[in-house]
Amino acid sequence: MVEKRVMSGSEAIANAVKLCKPAVLPMYPITPSTLVPEKLSEYVANGELKAEMIYVESEHSAASALYGAYTAGVRSFTATASQGLALMYEILPIISGSRLPAVMMVANRALSAPLNIWNDHSDAMSAKDQGWIQLYCENAQEAFDTTLMAYRIAENEGVLLPVMVCVDGFVLTHMYEPVQIEDADKVSAFVGEYKPHNFLDTSNPKTFGAFAQPNTYFEFKEAQQKAMMNSLDIIKEMNVEFAKKFGRSYGNGLLELIDMKDAEYAIMVAGTTVGTAREVVDELRAKGKKVGIIKIKSIRPFPVDDLKNATRKLKGLGVIDRHISIGYEGPLCTDTRAVLAGEKVKISGFIAGLGGRDIDRTRIRDAFDLVMKGKEGKWLK
Amino acid sequence: MAKKEKAKEKRTAVSASSYSGEKTATGIPLTCGASILTPGTSKVYKTGTWRTFKPEIDQSRCIKCAKCWMSCPDAAIFIDKEGKYQVNYDYCKGCLICAKECPVKCISYKVEEK
Repeated sequence: MVEKRVMSGSEAIANAVKLCKPAVLPMYPITPSTLVPEKLSEYVANGELKAEMIYVESEHSAASALYGAYTAGVRSFTATASQGLALMYEILPIISGSRLPAVMMVANRALSAPLNIWNDHSDAMSAKDQGWIQLYCENAQEAFDTTLMAYRIAENEGVLLPVMVCVDGFVLTHMYEPVQIEDADKVSAFVGEYKPHNFLDTSNPKTFGAFAQPNTYFEFKEAQQKAMMNSLDIIKEMNVEFAKKFGRSYGNGLLELIDMKDAEYAIMVAGTTVGTAREVVDELRAKGKKVGIIKIKSIRPFPVDDLKNATRKLKGLGVIDRHISIGYEGPLCTDTRAVLAGEKVKISGFIAGLGGRDIDRTRIRDAFDLVMKGKEGKWLK
Repeated sequence: MAKKEKAKEKRTAVSASSYSGEKTATGIPLTCGASILTPGTSKVYKTGTWRTFKPEIDQSRCIKCAKCWMSCPDAAIFIDKEGKYQVNYDYCKGCLICAKECPVKCISYKVEEK
């Protein structure tokens, strides 16, 4: 019997994690990710989930314990946001470089200063170069589904890379929506039991965290890059497999194209803003404008070929970044410009929603307006 | 189908758990997560080349107290078959802790010449 309940995005993720049966949960709650460790500790306390909660003393320790759990050979999970992710920064490339298939929820929140607890993408976007797959979600159901897929993607033998499930702080984490929580057995059949590849095993001793000299380090980074490029296919495969099992899918897993078939102009954005953009597109379509949305789900790996194909017929593309690489422009826009260099499509970069500033319909209409006029983007203040 | 299988093969080659046999140009095994599969590999890496000062033990004055042996951070002092304390120059980095610790000051040193 399929159960659909109204719950927050965080509770949806906590439910997904519970169904994946992690053995160790190192947690250091930080707004707006706090509801996830809260729910998980509830599940552990009432016996629904047999896992060891570790109440660590900082996010640096949470990430370190995540590394420890995976080197011990068990499935794990943690959640963080903003300054928490910043404090984890040292451990992020250690987890990915050690090829440990960790899964972490990032409740996207602005970085200080000034201190701000609201949603933008500055935390995760700043960490996108650290070898973690980054999947962004639009709503609570997608957050639930993506968390399940994240374990499969991370643990795939051709990938073995950690995954960040990025969800917009408050706008998604604290939003109550109907979510279909799938049957435990069905989820177990999909996710499968964790079979560790690289772990501390007394019958097969290995050295972890050894140093690599200039004659070796380079090749290990190359191997990581290859694995990340492999993940493009694996993410797509998981999306298809998930659709077969549960009847839901998200574009091709990397990108979702909304009203793009005959579109001449489009907006590309990640996360919950897609929901608002859908409404604006409906309005504009009613007025006869040929507009669409490219919802970018995977920022790392960056879906270069799919993005090229999706934009082939476009005249103009507006890229909305919820982060600014201060000194240049939004990083999503930079990546897009690189992919589409030499193509005819005009790219306009927009900075929006910093520190939780609403990206409402007016602002998205504003962006479409400039894109359709072939003008440069701007800060959607 | 053949293409798909080839792609799959390529996928496992770069990241398989068990070491697939790939090596870097200098012959280092390209393992998943840069883990080292066999113990004792630090022996291969001869840190003696780092040395600036080369300690020398004056066997005629050595009282065999083992203080140098105990204090060497690289375990580069060993006892030979005759029971003499010797420096293994393959691994001695020339930190001179042994010379400092020696109670009878029988360990002298000079600048390494190569």
